[in-house]
Amino acid sequence: MHQTISHNGRVRDGEGFPAEIRAQVESVSPDFYALFGYAETLGIDLDDLQKIFYERSRQLHPDRFARASAGERELSLRASSLLNDAYRTLRDPLKRAEYVLSRHGFDVGQQRSNNVPPELLEEVFELNMALEELRSGDEDARDSLEAARANFLAMRDEIDCGLSGAFARWDVASRNRAGEGASAARAMLAEIRGSLNRRRYIQNLLRDVEAALAGPAA
Amino acid sequence: MANLLQIDFGSDQDAVVGIDLGTTNSLVAWMDLTGPEILEGPGDERIVQSVVAYTEAGEFVVGEAAREILLEQPERAVYSVKRLMGQSAEDIQGELRLFPFHLAADQDAVLRLRLGGKTVTPPEISAEVLKRLKANAEYATGKAVKQAVITVPAYFNDAQRQATRDAGRIAGLDVLRLVNEPTAASLAYGLDKRKEGVIAVYDLGGGTFDISILRLHNGIFEVLATNGDTHLGGDDVDNLLLAIALEDLATEWGEDVAANHQIVQRLRRAVIRAKEELSFAPGVAIQFSHAGRSYERALTREQFDSLIADFVEKTLVSCRQCLKDASLDPGEIDEVVMVGGSTRIPLVRLAVERLFRAKPHTELNPDEVVALGAAVQAGILTGSVEDKLLLDVTPLSLGIEVMGGVVAKLIHRNTTIPASASETFTTAVDGQQNVLIHVVQGERELVKDCRSLARFDLKHIDPLPAGLAKIEVRFLIDANGILNVTARDVRTGKEQSVEVKPSYGLTDAQVEAMIEESFEKAEADLHERQVREARVEADSILLALEKAKGNQAWDALAEDDRERIERKHNELLTVYHSDNYDLIRTKIGELNDSTMALAENMMNTAVNSALKGTKI
Ligand SMILES: Nc1ncnc2c1ncn2[C@@H]1O[C@H](COP(=O)(O)OP(=O)(O)O)[C@@H](O)[C@H]1O
Ligand SMILES: [Mg+2]
Repeated sequence: MHQTISHNGRVRDGEGFPAEIRAQVESVSPDFYALFGYAETLGIDLDDLQKIFYERSRQLHPDRFARASAGERELSLRASSLLNDAYRTLRDPLKRAEYVLSRHGFDVGQQRSNNVPPELLEEVFELNMALEELRSGDEDARDSLEAARANFLAMRDEIDCGLSGAFARWDVASRNRAGEGASAARAMLAEIRGSLNRRRYIQNLLRDVEAALAGPAA
Repeated sequence: MANLLQIDFGSDQDAVVGIDLGTTNSLVAWMDLTGPEILEGPGDERIVQSVVAYTEAGEFVVGEAAREILLEQPERAVYSVKRLMGQSAEDIQGELRLFPFHLAADQDAVLRLRLGGKTVTPPEISAEVLKRLKANAEYATGKAVKQAVITVPAYFNDAQRQATRDAGRIAGLDVLRLVNEPTAASLAYGLDKRKEGVIAVYDLGGGTFDISILRLHNGIFEVLATNGDTHLGGDDVDNLLLAIALEDLATEWGEDVAANHQIVQRLRRAVIRAKEELSFAPGVAIQFSHAGRSYERALTREQFDSLIADFVEKTLVSCRQCLKDASLDPGEIDEVVMVGGSTRIPLVRLAVERLFRAKPHTELNPDEVVALGAAVQAGILTGSVEDKLLLDVTPLSLGIEVMGGVVAKLIHRNTTIPASASETFTTAVDGQQNVLIHVVQGERELVKDCRSLARFDLKHIDPLPAGLAKIEVRFLIDANGILNVTARDVRTGKEQSVEVKPSYGLTDAQVEAMIEESFEKAEADLHERQVREARVEADSILLALEKAKGNQAWDALAEDDRERIERKHNELLTVYHSDNYDLIRTKIGELNDSTMALAENMMNTAVNSALKGTKI
């Protein structure tokens, strides 16, 4: 049936396992960056990330430990699931930024995106009208929805553009962690969080618009 | 074949095999020095049909013999049992109209079938197929086979995977890994000769359909996305044709034969033959005769193609979703691999070629490629294949039930496995000591539309005011695609006990009992065989003695010699019908010893008669 393996805590044997990986596996809050041998940066070279992911997979995957001791098998299972989780997080810039934010004590829950950002109030109001019209069979609303879609896409692109600049600035600022540098870096993170929330909100609007446009013409 | 004495059963010599446990056909393979190779059983049995029957003599038979029984005594045989793995009686109501499955009266978390008076579960039936493959592999390699890699459809859910692993255990196999069929096929194809590229594997067998898209990178096979349907395959095409034939018979013969399982099974065989021929001919005839009447219906490729158009389209819907999940356009697929017997259908090939805009690979035998790939995976696990590594994904999202019957997703579909997620739970009432977590699999938002997987009961939580206890639960999908759950009390750091109640399938205790039974059965079989062999030996000495008594040598024997033989003769007769084969053997030995003088006399008489030229 569903087997149980030990949760966190030290695995009894498995002394032959790479020590730095083992330390991450047994840590309460493992460091995704350390698994890849990286320092914490918001910008990442994806080709290099993939290369290291493949190398580490070859080293850690349970297939490599099928005939090892029970302890090593368990370590490998936990290590490769951690590696997969880390890769999934780091290769996506948005997930990566959220991860960094959470490491710095920012709260990045989904619920934050429910409040309409004030600068979007007007657009959201018009969008809801158009969605309502389409639902009640007014095919003319299609055009305004198409326009809204283009508008939101442009906004999203703008945010993405801003984010990549902000990532680069933070990477420089965070290298200088002492005194003033630290508080400047922190302010940048707060700004990044604001952009991420806005982006998530726009993404949800886009999803609704696209669903309405793809849906059965009423 | 080597003789028995040459067989080395040393444990370091065990063969690890790869098994394709198919809906229709099953095969076993291993890694030879030169590469993966299908293992043949006695009589060059290469493919074992996944048909199991329970004979009147109380024995399971598998393969061709079971198929014969299916035609004569359909209630004693079952085919396509893979469709029932990890399912409940409720799940398969739709199938019951199309397949001759006989459900037992009592059903619980695991489905039970009636098979000629015996009640069995799908894993036990599959275990019979596995035992046959295991025996075939031992016959072919001359080695003991205790460990195996078994393939499953990529789209199998947790319950279906667990049922497959249970089948392996019941068959006496240590299942080293469950590997997804399309992924296994990609390993066999040696497509990694191209260092980089994106390939799609389209696997359409008898009962299941899978599509997987992989990225190859220097021997790493990284699955990007998978999709499919665990109840879609050649069987469904057979059912379409069967429905037509039954309708024809109803009008032409004025007789509804649908309820006659025997006729239906023979008719089914006829339509399958026609379907398979039609892949290589522009037209065929479905031919069938019964009780002096005959039926024939011509079927052209065009008619067939329009009959199966919807069926083929269903597979394409999965393919498009899979492309979308992999964030790829059809044109970005470099190569397409075709797996499974139903990909011989020309319309299927055409549809796949059109969708992916690439000529599909069909060089390897589509029936064998999955087993060959399973053997390669076995080689990876034992270390004999070093350059390849599979990184597979979970086909379905995993979530837990939250307020209002809504699903909170924890691990999304197409996440690389092993994968994990944690969630912290607390109590709602003062002093509460249990928390029940309902885990489901599926893509829908509501629990009722997803597949219930299991309920995990966090027990013996320290009684505290509501909301104070904090239990961190970790959900981990392992490399087999099977969920493991552990829990920890955050305050104390102690491991928290979790009791698992699987929604479908056998409990651990039930599997243990079945292993036990099958082991006892094997012992019983062995015992019975020894008894029979002892009796055969007894028969031959009794017959010899009978003959000897008509010989002059018998009369020439001393009185007490004759008496002693008679006594031993009677003693053997007394134990003959017991099932103590040791005792039978002892008595045979004693009788044999008592006849030494007689045998000597006979030899002498024979020599003398030969000299005189007379016959004895
Ligand atoms: N020439 C053919 N044309 C069409 N279908 C075929 C042909 N040969 C085999 N099949 C079908 O392929 C299915 C079996 O394929 P296989 O890959 O062995 O299945 P599985 O993996 O389900 O055991 C059956 O439905 C069979 O009728
Ligand atoms: Mg198959």
